[in-house]
Amino acid sequence: MTTTPVHFYQVGSYAAGNRLVGEGDRTVQSGAGRTNALDSGHRACQGCGEALGARYVLDAAMRSCDGQLMAVNATGCLEVFSTPFPETSWRIPWLHSLFGNAPPVATGVSAALRVKGRTDVRVVAQAGDGGTVDIGLACLSGLFERDDDVLFVCYDNEAYMNTGVQRSGATPPAARTATTEAVGDSPGNPFGQGKDLPRIAMAHDIPYVATATVADLHDLEAKVERAMEIRGARYLHVLVPCPLGWGSAPSDTIELARLAQETGIFPVFEARDGSVTSVSPIRCRQPVEAYLSRQRRYAHLFTDPPRQDVIDHIQAIADRNIARYGLVGSDAPATDGEH
Amino acid sequence: MLQQIEGSQAVARAVACCRPEVVCAYPISPQTHIIEAIGVLVRTGELAPCEFINVESEFAAMSVSIGASATGARAYTATASQGLLYMMEAVHNASGLELPIVMTLANRAIGAPINIWNDHSDAMAASDAGWIQLFAETNQEAVDLHVLAFRLAEELSLPVMVCMDGFVLTHAVEQVDLPEQGRVDAFLPPYAPHQFLDPADPVSIGAMVGPEAFEEVKVLAHLRQLDALDRIPELAAEFEEIFGRPSAGLVGTYRTEGADTIVVALGSVLGTIKDAVDERRRAGQRVGVVGITTFRPFPTSEVRSALAGARQVVVIEKAFRAGGGGVLSGDVTLAVQDSDVGVHTVVAGLGGRPITRRGVESVLGSAARGELEPLSFLDLDNAVIEHERARVLSASSPGPDGTATVRRRPPPVASPVGEAP
Repeated sequence: MTTTPVHFYQVGSYAAGNRLVGEGDRTVQSGAGRTNALDSGHRACQGCGEALGARYVLDAAMRSCDGQLMAVNATGCLEVFSTPFPETSWRIPWLHSLFGNAPPVATGVSAALRVKGRTDVRVVAQAGDGGTVDIGLACLSGLFERDDDVLFVCYDNEAYMNTGVQRSGATPPAARTATTEAVGDSPGNPFGQGKDLPRIAMAHDIPYVATATVADLHDLEAKVERAMEIRGARYLHVLVPCPLGWGSAPSDTIELARLAQETGIFPVFEARDGSVTSVSPIRCRQPVEAYLSRQRRYAHLFTDPPRQDVIDHIQAIADRNIARYGLVGSDAPATDGEH
Repeated sequence: MLQQIEGSQAVARAVACCRPEVVCAYPISPQTHIIEAIGVLVRTGELAPCEFINVESEFAAMSVSIGASATGARAYTATASQGLLYMMEAVHNASGLELPIVMTLANRAIGAPINIWNDHSDAMAASDAGWIQLFAETNQEAVDLHVLAFRLAEELSLPVMVCMDGFVLTHAVEQVDLPEQGRVDAFLPPYAPHQFLDPADPVSIGAMVGPEAFEEVKVLAHLRQLDALDRIPELAAEFEEIFGRPSAGLVGTYRTEGADTIVVALGSVLGTIKDAVDERRRAGQRVGVVGITTFRPFPTSEVRSALAGARQVVVIEKAFRAGGGGVLSGDVTLAVQDSDVGVHTVVAGLGGRPITRRGVESVLGSAARGELEPLSFLDLDNAVIEHERARVLSASSPGPDGTATVRRRPPPVASPVGEAP
């Protein structure tokens, strides 16, 4: 097959479409040899970022270990929509125990494999943001400090979507949820709260921490592959937009994930042994309004007149992320959102 | 092999002979000596292959056991009291997932007030958790029941909790006939799980089950528990054949022939009760003892048979439900519901209060005179109760005043058998 070298800017979306890159550089998902670890027919909502993220993560992980993979799942959307008894969408060995114990269950699976001499079989644990940053955090910290041989993946949609969009420790400031309603003087989730799990993971000095979004699936797969090359505790935090909880169009899932990165709201980076080793630079910086205004969970900020004070506060957080991770070169000032 | 050995050390050696492949625990008194000893056996290579994992909580300890067991490894853990409560969500999950985990429960009171000493409130809090629960009377029984527990758990695909009284057994040094590795291997085959995680044959474990099938799942688990009532006596007989000594089974009886009063109890207090019964028998009272080894599933028909002929039953138990009554006595009452046997509950030994032979004898004396209340508390300091009740009733603000109660504690009044306040 012939390929045409192109500059990514030519495709307009900033993502490298599979048609435009060499066969070896195409996504695992685009190949006929993908395993469909999470098979079609499940009950996720239209435009679900988590289903997309899990599919890419697991198929990439499967390729990395010749299909010798087991998955442990926390309670949550991914578990509920994939395994309504007696049906299952999983084509890999899959174990769900409880909401808050995916880390130690995975530790137990990993220990059993080690004792049986099956170190060729690898273990992935997956949870949403609630199962990761809230109810599962003590256990996850234990997994990190013991450096158990598990790749833990958090699919972060920034609230408890499975139970009806309640606030989690990963819900961003000002976002409306069912437990942080957009009423009163400070509508939505309070500022100054929430946990930055990638940085908490890094503080454990584990060998690999990375963030990714479902907007850059090449990057997501590459990070899974790099994580799978390493033994020990590895953490991958994937931003997965949720049309239901974010109040966004299902067709906007990829675009919103991209805007989260391009505004600096969600820094995309990689860290080894506690230090950041690479970042995905913002190529066309966007003001936070471009991201916020397309989600009904922020609709209370765009009244007449808009809550500019709140928007400015969120912009300041994005700017701090950009400075902290060096996401924009010194010669790349913010634009008005024009491509 | 006879040895003078601490109960915890003996249990650790017996568990090691069962060749667990993953041992995971979080320290809590009085379970610590067991896991410390297993940790040493793993470090020295005496127990191999085995992964010994130190975790951050009991919730994690049970969760690691769940993951290991679902992957086809023989898994063991141990806990007590608050630790059992902290892991309780995973305790139910282990039985729901039909994972044959074996856990030692070094029985200890549940707070508040915080208390590290022995009673059975922890085991009773887990009596509806879908686990088989076995109670050891002696350290010999504790050792032997662990060997039996692994075999039973794996045959039935159900988790088993071996309950041994904290401190009273775990920290007592006495003579124990430790099981030899060869005999354990003859009794306990390698774990061959019915279903486990395997890339060669992928299964989904832990699916969401809705109203259309949930009740059937629960009833099937109940029936499998009941299967243990048939299997335990068979395994006990096989145990005796291989080890040359009897193993505890469903229930044990002591001097029940011709007894018109029978005491029912769980665990190590049975020794004291038997001594008291010997004394009362010498004095001419027709008394006997039924010890329950298998508490879950409850051996209803065996208990009924063992109590047949008795006029009254005295259940001495180290736990009770505030606002209700005894837990064990509820099961015993159901077992004798078709007869006119009177069941009395004597709550005793809460938070480690010693249950003395003299105290049990006074209970039996009250029973002989027909003076035993339906629910009473052994060695209760009634003066404290009355004083505090009077204060609460007269106070304008009846809030918690525990420290003040102790400070104002009136001089003790001799009252071996107190009545419910």
